[in-house]
Amino acid sequence: MSNAAAFSGGYVANRGPSEEGYLMPAVDEEGSFFWEGTLLGELRIQVCNSCGKLRHPPRPMCPSCRSTDRGWKQVAGAGTIWSFVVPHPPLLEPYSSLAPYNVIVVALDEHPTIRFVGNLVSGPEGELNEIDPATIRIGEPVEVVFKRFHRADGSEEALPFWVRT
Amino acid sequence: MSPAVGFQDATAIAGIAQTAFSKHLEPTEAELACTVIVDACSDAGIDPSEIDALCSYTMEATEEVDIVRNIGCGEITFFSQIGYGGGAGCGVVGHAALAVASGQAEVAVAWRSRKRGSGPRPWTSTSVQLRVPGAWTRPFGMLRPVDEIAMLTRRYMHEYGATRDHLANVAMAVRKHANMNPAAIMYDKPMSRDDYMASRWVSEPLCLFDNCLETDGALACVIVSAERARDLRHPPVYVHAFAQGLPPEHQTMVNFFNEDPLTGPAWACARRLWANAAFGPEDVNVAQIYDAFSPLILLSLEGYGFCKRGEAGPMTENGNLEWEKGSLPVNTAGGGLSEAYVHGFNLINEGVRQMRGTSTAQVDGAETCLVTSGEGVPTSALLLRR
Repeated sequence: MSNAAAFSGGYVANRGPSEEGYLMPAVDEEGSFFWEGTLLGELRIQVCNSCGKLRHPPRPMCPSCRSTDRGWKQVAGAGTIWSFVVPHPPLLEPYSSLAPYNVIVVALDEHPTIRFVGNLVSGPEGELNEIDPATIRIGEPVEVVFKRFHRADGSEEALPFWVRT
Repeated sequence: MSPAVGFQDATAIAGIAQTAFSKHLEPTEAELACTVIVDACSDAGIDPSEIDALCSYTMEATEEVDIVRNIGCGEITFFSQIGYGGGAGCGVVGHAALAVASGQAEVAVAWRSRKRGSGPRPWTSTSVQLRVPGAWTRPFGMLRPVDEIAMLTRRYMHEYGATRDHLANVAMAVRKHANMNPAAIMYDKPMSRDDYMASRWVSEPLCLFDNCLETDGALACVIVSAERARDLRHPPVYVHAFAQGLPPEHQTMVNFFNEDPLTGPAWACARRLWANAAFGPEDVNVAQIYDAFSPLILLSLEGYGFCKRGEAGPMTENGNLEWEKGSLPVNTAGGGLSEAYVHGFNLINEGVRQMRGTSTAQVDGAETCLVTSGEGVPTSALLLRR
């Protein structure tokens, strides 16, 4: 990537927010496979090529077998809500204009200790605040959708959001 | 687990000091730090030129070289910093005590100076905070520490049936103690259960009064050998035991990515702390528990073994955390919620006052005090005794 930062922690880039001002992930070398996957509509999880154990967030070494031989596998993207919060201001824009909205943690059905932070929405174009927070329940089944965001420089990210199944 | 060798009661806190606590203080963080360190030396009856060890938080803005050039130290032979924000406090004192106990230094100072009241809220930075793990959380609007701890709190309430009334019990106990402490920011502001329940949401399930204050202030303490402390002005407050804790696969503040997110750093820290101690949680007379957010007290009560897992909610009932009838009065000067939020260093100084017998909410006959640092981040704890 052209604007790669020479950083010992392996940072690739913090390319700034989306056109609407949403914060976009600062993608490091370990996590780039994940964000390449979301742009293709795939939910990918890092896997140890030595012992097969999954780990998230991505990192260089498997804490179980200490192998650095690593790859990723695509998962189905079905899970349940493990917990959720409803932020109110003070927040940053554009989040403060949407508040109160939901933030959820999802535990994957296939791997219940692999969890993702995300938002419960009605579909891939959904907004963070369109689901009534009073209706959200821990344990609700959800599945992943991907919402695309564009930056002013033309680059794109896709974030994993979640819809009720 | 074998106890730490040669450490138990080998050192003592001989001097403490603090600045005023306020939403805004005029002096810089550097000036506050220098002033409070000199004051802590005066409290101990030790000249600042005798200091040979300096221990601080990585988030401390004033470096050791600047402290030394300002307060007129001699040769410093031990200096260390500890990371992870509010998890550092007891560790900073503990490292100072380790340096003295091992003979690396003779007069050690630990301090924290912070203008969090007039300075920016760290979470408003969108450049630094998007690094891993923020990349996995902040784009989704999980922007602030309160959102991160609220997520654990909701899960905790779901698993164990804890309620907002339990969180209110914590906030009200701590406020009651602040109302007895003229130095506390909330000294003249009582809080009822109705006040708590009527306050605005910040991140559901946490409301305004589940959040700590935003304070300018500085605190310091002086650590010397137990032998020397016995010849100084105040009765020695012995550093009985010390521990740090960083559990497996922990992720700072967003500890959602491991097997059991509700057993955080406090559990790891507690196992080492109690292994190092000659007594257990049942022998602790008073506790100063890190309270950037009220639910951290629930998690810590369980982690340090004052109740079984899931039982911290009921443990808060019937004024059990309150001076003077509760079985375990906590944060007897008002803590981070109601005295001042200076990354938990005010909890350390209040622990010392309890052991000296000079707290404004003095627990009668208290001989032992637990002090803890941040839960939800790599943490630390001290056991103090008279």
